[in-house]
Amino acid sequence: MAEPLLQLSGVHTHIGPYHILHGVDFSIPASQLTVLLGRNGAGKTTTLRTIMGLWQASSGMIRFDGRDITKTSTPDIARAGIGYVPESMAIFTDLTVRENIVLAARSGPVEPARLDWMLGLFPALKRFWNLPAGNLSGGQKQMLAIARAIAEPRRLLLIDEPTKGLAPVMVRSMIEAFKALKASGETILLVEQNFYAASALGDNVIVMDDGRIVHSGAMREMVEDKTLQQRLLGLSLDAHQ
Amino acid sequence: MSTSPTLPLAFDEARKSGGFLSSLLSSDFPRSRILTFILLTILVVLAATPFLFSGSQPLSTAAKICVFIVLVASYDLLLGYTGIVSFAHTMFFGIGGYGIAIALERLGATWSSVAIGLLAALCLSALLAVAIGLLSLRVRAIFFSMITLAVASAMAVLASQLSGITGGEDGLSFQLPFELRPAFKLFSEPVMGVAVNGRLIAYYLLFFVALIMFLLLLRIVNSPFGRVLQAIRENEFRAEALGYRVVAYRTMASVISALIATVAGALIALWLRYNGPDTTLSFSIMIDILLMVVIGGMGTMYGAVIGATLFVLAQSYLQVLMDAASKALAGVPLLPNLVHPDRWLLWLGALFIISVYAFPGGIVGRLRQARQ
Repeated sequence: MAEPLLQLSGVHTHIGPYHILHGVDFSIPASQLTVLLGRNGAGKTTTLRTIMGLWQASSGMIRFDGRDITKTSTPDIARAGIGYVPESMAIFTDLTVRENIVLAARSGPVEPARLDWMLGLFPALKRFWNLPAGNLSGGQKQMLAIARAIAEPRRLLLIDEPTKGLAPVMVRSMIEAFKALKASGETILLVEQNFYAASALGDNVIVMDDGRIVHSGAMREMVEDKTLQQRLLGLSLDAHQ
Repeated sequence: MSTSPTLPLAFDEARKSGGFLSSLLSSDFPRSRILTFILLTILVVLAATPFLFSGSQPLSTAAKICVFIVLVASYDLLLGYTGIVSFAHTMFFGIGGYGIAIALERLGATWSSVAIGLLAALCLSALLAVAIGLLSLRVRAIFFSMITLAVASAMAVLASQLSGITGGEDGLSFQLPFELRPAFKLFSEPVMGVAVNGRLIAYYLLFFVALIMFLLLLRIVNSPFGRVLQAIRENEFRAEALGYRVVAYRTMASVISALIATVAGALIALWLRYNGPDTTLSFSIMIDILLMVVIGGMGTMYGAVIGATLFVLAQSYLQVLMDAASKALAGVPLLPNLVHPDRWLLWLGALFIISVYAFPGGIVGRLRQARQ
């Protein structure tokens, strides 16, 4: 069996006096979309931030493409090919849309074909190309944040709650964009609370609770198993639709 | 085929295609007609000051404006574009002044002394900026500010104590290279009624160096490097998550800012033919710089031009204006006392409080906002 692209083994994270992650273990296979589910405060965002080195794991190991990145600095993790889209529309509002994209393409100019592909995924950005990103709507900001993460080829994308606070129509276009990203072979770890969106996209699912992994498996199995949904998430897919 | 031909991607794409003026201003236009008019007026008046006004005070005021535009713009790179609050900016200004003063006093009044003094000052400033940056830019902003305040105070004390080298509290007076002395005449006859002597040459040296430094800063803040600084200012974690080494970028910004402040210090020393703790190292100059950046508009560069001009003009002429007003209101009760020239600092303070309230984004921010 091929080695997973990302592997977390017994990862513990403390933030100040608080013990947030309690021995998190999971792996992310290449070219698949894995959804990380869990209620508020379960430790999903902390997991992503720990992978990115924004919070240091106090113990355990994080391996990316066979390399130990547990103590690696955030810029080096990003340079290794991990793109991170934090929650809450994390863009640079003072810069224009173009500048946000160019800034993300650290290794050189964005290739025209890649730009076409990105703007095909998020056509709204084209209209606001030279305007300050702060002027965009919530959904457009989220699109820009994702476009920024894919401005240059990445080995793995970590995306934190992209549909949070978005109107249903915007959630649908976001789902379409992720489907296209998936089809292009990107490896994605997606934190999502919206089970409808998660189930439409995920190949695999990981469920967290109280800083621990409580379930890990194929998304298809979870979608088909209402009892499992009820037990792990407290509601069924039908309720979310 | 690309469907995005209208979406230039490189940061300097517009600069490449926008002609000479766009290239000169790094595509960063004032973006307000009133602002353009004010900036052009300042540029023309500064360029023509020796021919427009007689006497030494207007020329000295114009020279001081030129120097402070550079000094304030270099501080804007730190504060406005990178979000670093440093109190050590006058230290670098002082190093530039002392570099020139010590070299010209010790090595003789030659151009090579100027070059040696400037070079030594630039090296010292770069070293100090790197040391301060690497040691303290990792800590929280408030601690960084405190560290810079401590280092700047230590440097001021050192300059006062090392009187054998720096002249102590008295400072150093020195001779300039012959071509910059008032006795030097480039032409035997006056040009447009003005004698083209060493003083005039010194003024234009200041003017053109200041102009070049300002345009260089404009180029820096509009380069990819400048955009990364702005990104760091807005959210350093997001910038790190994109792969940018925040401490390295901040340190680089500190070094560039320090080097340009050093050049400004060298210019003021050349103009005054003197350097002392009060002229370049004083903490009150640091406060003035902060005020000029805030009044002009942080993170705009053009704010430095407006802020420095207004502030230096107010410092130089507010007393004169108040004297005239006091005399004009001689018969009116209370008012002549209120606008008595001795109370100029009170009015200067009041003016700044009003301007900060009226223009929270600075004058440039307000003018650009009005246009939108």
